Amino acid sequence: MTPKTAPPRSTDRPLKAVYWVLGKIGGGVFVLWAVATAIFFGIRMIPGDPAQAIMGGPGSQASAEALAQARADYGLDQPLAVQYFSQLWRLATGDLGTSYSLKIPVAEVLRELVPPTLTLAVLALLVAWVLALAVATASIRSGAVGRALASGLEIISAAVPHFWLASVLIMLFSTTLGWLPPVSTQTPAGLVLPVATLALPLAGFLGQVMRDSMLDAHTSSFALSARARGESENGVLLRHALRHAALPGIALSGWAFGSLLSGAVVVESIFARPGLGRSLLSAVTARDIPMVTGVALLSAATYVVIMAFSDVAERLADPRIGTA
Amino acid sequence: MTEPARPAFEVANLNVFFGAHHVVRDVSLRLEPGSCLALVGESGSGKSVTARALIGLAGARSTVRADTMVISGRDVRSLGQRAWRKLRGKDVGFILQDALTSLDPLRKIGREIDDTLRLHTTLSPSQRAGRVLELLEAVGLDDPVLRAGQLSGELSGGMRQRALIASAIALDPGLVIADEPTTALDATIAAQVLDLLGELRRQGSAMLMISHDLAAVSRVADTIAVMQHGRVVESGPAQRVLADPEHEYTRRLLRAIPAGKPRHTRLSPGPVRTPAPAKAAVSATAPVLTASSLAKTFKARGRADFAAVSNVGFQLLPGHTLGVVGESGSGKTTTARMVLGLLAPDSGSVELFGKPWSKLPESGRRPNRPLLGAIYQDPLSSFDPRMSVGKLLADALSSGATRNPRAYSGRIAELLGLVGLEQTLATRNPETLSGGQRQRLAIARALAPNPRVLICDEPVSALDVSIQAQVLDLLDELQRELGLSYLFISHDLSVIRHMSDHVLVMQGGVVVESGATEPVFSNPQHPYTKALLSASPELVTGE
Repeated sequence: MTPKTAPPRSTDRPLKAVYWVLGKIGGGVFVLWAVATAIFFGIRMIPGDPAQAIMGGPGSQASAEALAQARADYGLDQPLAVQYFSQLWRLATGDLGTSYSLKIPVAEVLRELVPPTLTLAVLALLVAWVLALAVATASIRSGAVGRALASGLEIISAAVPHFWLASVLIMLFSTTLGWLPPVSTQTPAGLVLPVATLALPLAGFLGQVMRDSMLDAHTSSFALSARARGESENGVLLRHALRHAALPGIALSGWAFGSLLSGAVVVESIFARPGLGRSLLSAVTARDIPMVTGVALLSAATYVVIMAFSDVAERLADPRIGTA
Repeated sequence: MTEPARPAFEVANLNVFFGAHHVVRDVSLRLEPGSCLALVGESGSGKSVTARALIGLAGARSTVRADTMVISGRDVRSLGQRAWRKLRGKDVGFILQDALTSLDPLRKIGREIDDTLRLHTTLSPSQRAGRVLELLEAVGLDDPVLRAGQLSGELSGGMRQRALIASAIALDPGLVIADEPTTALDATIAAQVLDLLGELRRQGSAMLMISHDLAAVSRVADTIAVMQHGRVVESGPAQRVLADPEHEYTRRLLRAIPAGKPRHTRLSPGPVRTPAPAKAAVSATAPVLTASSLAKTFKARGRADFAAVSNVGFQLLPGHTLGVVGESGSGKTTTARMVLGLLAPDSGSVELFGKPWSKLPESGRRPNRPLLGAIYQDPLSSFDPRMSVGKLLADALSSGATRNPRAYSGRIAELLGLVGLEQTLATRNPETLSGGQRQRLAIARALAPNPRVLICDEPVSALDVSIQAQVLDLLDELQRELGLSYLFISHDLSVIRHMSDHVLVMQGGVVVESGATEPVFSNPQHPYTKALLSASPELVTGE
């Protein structure tokens, strides 16, 4: 780093940062409200009686009195507007309610389910980045044939659906080779296949954009200038090309994280892995309104936080933002 | 410096191939320490490839062969990658054209300069940081501490070029190679950068300067080598080459320089396409375009208002050219945009053929839009990349009603002929055309609706001198043939002087001097006009 750098207009920087953070928080609150509202009304459009769900589903043969009691207990007999606002108020005060099907507070369920899903998503994102950068770097080094090969690989892996990839991986590495467990266990080995299933398509997608900008940087005038200063090919890659390649990757990573959360629904079900995704699936099937609301709000909140992170990361990686 | 006269570099029979393409043919050059060799030629002549081959960076797909290739006393023909890297930056400094793209936009200026020191010295980071500041000061940047921490995008073109020079000379290399170091710069800035490079040379560095413009190198070069189609066609002492060129191509390059050539003198070879009817077509004397007290201020959030143009007035007479000259930010383009009705003036007005123009709503201007045409510096970005040449012209001829070239095949052929493009180009995509052909196409498109006035905004600034000469000649012919009036904008004083009947000299949004071209430039009154004149690259032949 160059010492003694005096950034221009340093006096209004802190104030700008405060405004920026306030704006992010405001935007986040708005997103959460919108998600809560959409779920509240959306879930009521699904045919069927929520009271039935509370009593254990259509198979439970609950009596009319019991159903009425359940409606009263859960406030389902109130006018829609009253239900909506009291729901908003409960959510605003941090009360996610009690799961219809599990009969325990939603917050408690989430506390248990968040860590495994987060582990899965974060690992998949990391692996996707490493794979994308590795393929991009290798293809830059290996000329036109390597580039065509990398491009083909990326398109194929970006196009592969999760459920198919999971099945193939299980058949190959569990059934045939017997190297890895087909069902996700608590061991690190149990994480390999689920992470690979999520990471490969994402790596193909990230790789396409990162390889493009890496190639641009690698053949640019500034890379030529660097080489003319005596910089090695590795130096050009590390000091120039990687950073340029990372920019679009960072910009996409916020979105990618969101897609990983939805990908987790499929992957957790296939690998019988505890997590948010699988619980969301069963909660929707069981019409467990508080669970669905809780999971959706949590996903939205995660998304908001990740987007803010990727914004900050983008600003750190690209000093041109905010200075121009 | 004090060592015995060993050439800074010497190559004999240098050949460079890209696959089957033989782009540099038997080039032999020799440069003495402390002197400057200019390698001159147009785009594609192989001059840049020659320079890159000298530092082993001709490209992965190239094959380089030479009988002799010695730099700073070392035979570099068999150097390995590691040895090359030690040479680059330390023994040879390399300065590329257009520092905006030649400095990494994501890294601070100071770090780019620091790289040279980091790679070749064992200085500590703090010693290097001190040296970076010294270098920035040495290349004439104000406030080095501030500059070292800025990004290339935050600096002006001249400052960027200086920073790039600083990174190339950080280790006092015995040889500096500068590839078009001033091409992207305004004249006064270019003159300063050339002075800076001249200063380096006085300190003992040898310099290989690459340019398409003989005038630009005439004041610094000791020897000149002229390249065409990959060969050196002529070389010798600068004075001799400039004053008494032997090769036809050198004469063509010299002829192409607009400086000192009176109006209507042809700059390019070839027969005059049409006998000029000497403005017979123009009998009226009422101005075609009148601008009075134009002003435009841009408001930017968090910054002071920027008065781009204030109190600009002029008249454009039929069949005449009004030249507008000034540097970046002088308000030339803002003025042009107001004249075109693309930007509403804050005050003042534009009248077209004596009738209100800028004050009309767009719907009121539309019927008279065909009267005004425009051509720009970068024609390619103004063409829809999915449209062929024929479709582009059909689109312009029909005012956007159709893009079917067959509907206008006669007029398209006529327009192509008018601007000297072959008829077979009609089916081509503009991307496949050369820079000169693209500008001819832009002119053809501007002429499609039969305009009376053309606004030419830096129409030749992106072109080589020899192509520039052809386009300027074409514009001159068209003006006389069709009786057109030009509002001609350029930062290049020689071009303006060659093309204009009247001139406006603009600085900081204000007209500082105006009048008939020759009186203004032969007897400039304003200091800025004088500064522009002295910075303008005239051919210096030494007499």
